[in-house]
Amino acid sequence: MSMNNQGGPTRPDAVRDNAEKPATGTFTGNRALMLEEPLIFEIGAAEETGVDFDEAPETESRLGGLERNRPIGLVGLSEPETVRHYTRLSRMNYAIDLGLFPLGSCTMKHNPRLNERVARMKGFADIHPLQPVDSVQGALEVVHRLGEWLCTLTGMPAVAMSPKAGAHGELCGILAIRSALEARGDAREVILVPESAHGTNPATAAFAGYRVEDIPATPEGRVDLAALEERLGPDVAGVMITNPNTCGLFEPDMKRISDAVHAAGGLVYCDGANFNAIVGRVRPGDLGIDAMHINLHKTFSTPHGGGGPGSGPVVFSEVLAPFAPLPFVEKQDDHYVLIEEETAEDHHESSFGRMVAFHGQMGMFTRALAYMMSHGADGLKQVAEDAVLNANYLLRSLEDVLDAPFGGSGPCMHEALFSDKGFAEGFSTLDLAKTLIDEGYHPMTMYFPLVVHGAMLVEPTETESKAALDEFIGALRSVVERAKAGDETMHAAPVHAPRRRLDETGAARKPILVWKEPEQAEAAE
Amino acid sequence: MRYLPLEPADRQAMLAKIGAPDIDALFADVPEEARLDGPIRDLPNHASEMAVDAAFRKMARKNSAAADMPFFLGCGAYRHHVPASVDHLIQRGEFLTAYTPYQPEIAQGTLQMLFEFQTQVARLFGTDVANASMYDGSTACWEAIVMARRITKRGKAILSSGLHPHYVSVAKTMARFTRDQIVHSAPELAAEGDTDGLLDRIDDDTSCVVVQYPDILGRIADMSALADKVHAHKALLIAVVTEPVALGALTPPGEMGADIVVGEGQSLGVGLNFGGPYVGLFGCSQKYVRQMPGRLCGETQDAEGKRGYVLTLSTREQHIRREKATSNICTNSGLCALAFSIHMTLLGEAGLRELAALNHAKAVCAADRLAQIPGVEIVNESFFNEFTLSLPLRARRIVRKLADDRILSGVSLNRLYPGEAGLANGLVVAVTETTSDKDVEILAAALQSVLESAGEEVSV
Amino acid sequence: MARYFTEDHEWIDVDGDHATIGITDYAQEQLGDIVFVEVPESGAMLEQGGEAAVVESVKAASDVYAPVSGEILEGNDALADDPALVNSSPEEEGWFFRMALSDASQLESLMDAKAYKAFVDSL
Repeated sequence: MSMNNQGGPTRPDAVRDNAEKPATGTFTGNRALMLEEPLIFEIGAAEETGVDFDEAPETESRLGGLERNRPIGLVGLSEPETVRHYTRLSRMNYAIDLGLFPLGSCTMKHNPRLNERVARMKGFADIHPLQPVDSVQGALEVVHRLGEWLCTLTGMPAVAMSPKAGAHGELCGILAIRSALEARGDAREVILVPESAHGTNPATAAFAGYRVEDIPATPEGRVDLAALEERLGPDVAGVMITNPNTCGLFEPDMKRISDAVHAAGGLVYCDGANFNAIVGRVRPGDLGIDAMHINLHKTFSTPHGGGGPGSGPVVFSEVLAPFAPLPFVEKQDDHYVLIEEETAEDHHESSFGRMVAFHGQMGMFTRALAYMMSHGADGLKQVAEDAVLNANYLLRSLEDVLDAPFGGSGPCMHEALFSDKGFAEGFSTLDLAKTLIDEGYHPMTMYFPLVVHGAMLVEPTETESKAALDEFIGALRSVVERAKAGDETMHAAPVHAPRRRLDETGAARKPILVWKEPEQAEAAE
Repeated sequence: MRYLPLEPADRQAMLAKIGAPDIDALFADVPEEARLDGPIRDLPNHASEMAVDAAFRKMARKNSAAADMPFFLGCGAYRHHVPASVDHLIQRGEFLTAYTPYQPEIAQGTLQMLFEFQTQVARLFGTDVANASMYDGSTACWEAIVMARRITKRGKAILSSGLHPHYVSVAKTMARFTRDQIVHSAPELAAEGDTDGLLDRIDDDTSCVVVQYPDILGRIADMSALADKVHAHKALLIAVVTEPVALGALTPPGEMGADIVVGEGQSLGVGLNFGGPYVGLFGCSQKYVRQMPGRLCGETQDAEGKRGYVLTLSTREQHIRREKATSNICTNSGLCALAFSIHMTLLGEAGLRELAALNHAKAVCAADRLAQIPGVEIVNESFFNEFTLSLPLRARRIVRKLADDRILSGVSLNRLYPGEAGLANGLVVAVTETTSDKDVEILAAALQSVLESAGEEVSV
Repeated sequence: MARYFTEDHEWIDVDGDHATIGITDYAQEQLGDIVFVEVPESGAMLEQGGEAAVVESVKAASDVYAPVSGEILEGNDALADDPALVNSSPEEEGWFFRMALSDASQLESLMDAKAYKAFVDSL
């Protein structure tokens, strides 16, 4: 069997031992500002509501005899109860607004509030995607201008705006590559992906019908160019390379990689998840890339929202531009035109088609464009420089206590990679991460990339001040010292969070995915 | 630069700590030929908040907002009143600026919300379980087709002609690459959908049948017979719901035998947003849970025995299973799921039923009024809050003419089915609680007047 | 009845031309708490080294390969309800599947208990 044993344990010892529930010390179970909150199903009622409506006119039903005749099973709350419920829930979350959020590769930077205001203007938020195009010229202008910014920043001639998130953008790029190859009668089957890649890369290639093979890495954490060249051949459709890569390093051979892939008849996909490290300083188009997605929710600050929505526009080289998906916006004189199915036949007949209903994530476009216009060309360059400066400052301020496997191969880009080497026996990255929670920080990315044992990937972003970094460095150094000294109390961390370590094993063995009334839940046992 | 806290003195001190002479030294790995010597040309430099705000106001004014005129568009995106508290709550920084809840001890707010959302969606759909959201309805629909292929190990999906044409396009695009077979034909301007035709097409190669409920023309059909036949052939029935408010009044697909129910959740909490971001809903039977795409939140307990929530069954997902994952989806639509869930909580059972009844009653009144216009016929016998008019002229021309008069009258089927001459006179009209009697009266009068003047043109 | 082991940490009990296969105690300890096991359907024909089953912990999914070629006779249905059997009784109740051997000579390449112990000690 293949065995992957990283990332455990996933069950706290106390649960395993069926420990007695300790007294919380208060009658309510609350701890001052930390308030417990039941589920809506436990506090609401079917007849309760927080919305008033006008009375419906008397009419006969035309529902085709399919009127609902059983209760839905929903509950309602009045407005004050609703506001309190969700406000209490919100306070159990860590967020960038609360503190430094060093989640490597995820780019948790400040979300400017101007962007929120702009996205909510009724001229953008209250327009329908199928309105006549003459009635949405301003919206199409936003889409078009954002596209122009992206093309200019990347040095690429074309852009597809409709992909809904990074992984959807990857899919868009890979489908364009496959379309271009098929158009020249070239049915290739394999996409090469480095071992250190985000899981979305191989999943995307497989979702698009490709077979996935690994590209080996050098001991310095980069793509092994010689090994790659050896593997290239008539069955390889292309490569997916993250640059800067997931070890936080720039691929210095990127142009040579692209040239080699092109010489072998393949195409180059670049995962742009880490574009924030080079925006305004390097144009991926100068590195021979054919397609790259850009996470607007990373580089361009649209909020992560607890897991989306994202937005993943894809820039294309001349070779791939004709195959870009529908729809897209074109400027004809002073008028913006939406190229959809009916208009595409005339001058975009090679498009691989539609990936999504309507036109993409308008609410993210407005926010990202506001961010770009606020920064401008000079500010975006400063963004990349400060992001890289902050990451290197962390790297050099921690490498005397924490093993940095690639620290010797030069500066990092926007994130610094560490390993658990040197921790006392029985102490893991997980313990360190959970202890950081008690210190008031969200942990870094753990156990990724897989090429480093007990990996810790730290990305501060450019929106942290030096003072904030120094405080974080102090906290992290203290926690690392405890892990090296074998401080047993770390196994119990976190102790100050709204919850202690949770039993993920139990959750996966007997999944409870929806709430059931207690009597039903018991009957199901 | 207002978003960048580092001062020049900070940068100098930090470079000194790093041991780099200047910032360029940190970009040493970038090959010479790819280095830019200054800020990228052809782009403006930074701008004040006031200037950016003004630039966006200017662009926003060029759009006709639904709030400012009689508005009747639907076809997969619906305008409903979103309570003020929804937008207030989703803008709390702890929701807005949180990440995917990978550290459950400090993400219980997002996780409990997702658990409540999953329960609400499952109950609304009449399915056993639901996931923590997809990008939107169209991608959720394709994911359901892929899931049916995984379960049945067959590659032929039969799509109803009543399925939203964009959803059909997405499936056709993807199927070309995955070598799935898609069976589909365009709808007809008729009172009944294609249930009988679908029944005839089901065979032992079929992985799934996909029906929309109510369908793209607003028609409502019982899917029980389809479910029986599909199951007799060991295939799956997938139901697509683009207007979740309808399920406040209609029998849910899960109750009629649908195995997977997907939907677009934009109607509740999210708003129109010119097409995105929206929120994909995904529910299914308990027995298919491990074949589901997307994130799932599950209940568990912590080390002190307190109830808590975690992301679970993650081994289905790309970050663990890589090329063997059930989907490549990563970021989904968390904040839109929150908006949906808050709106649903405010409504509750009683409120959703009342909202659905109000939508339906208003739509019935509007249909009756529009049917009085000479030359206009209502295609539907059944509908919820959206129905199709058959006009004596190409609908697209009328839609444009009425838009010039500041009336957004509906979606012309010609826009959605450009090649289908038989549909060109169809106009899909949606009526919600936001539509006033006066709006309907303005539309009726304007439509009558356009048709009359067009009639005169023809007779002259 | 003879027991063989593979370098992929599977054990094989052979009784005539029938074999029972599971993962070793060492493997279950490395994997941690098992939360799900997918066993092959009876009737499936597997080649030596082909993917036969999947075993999942919370954070990892691992493939179990067929140690020898043959036809699947049955999968262990008890694992569906109680995957923890793999942790509590990996080399008895927590077996994965039974198969009919198509080429007994393939057994010659496998390890016996002593060789496997030495192999594990060397890791």
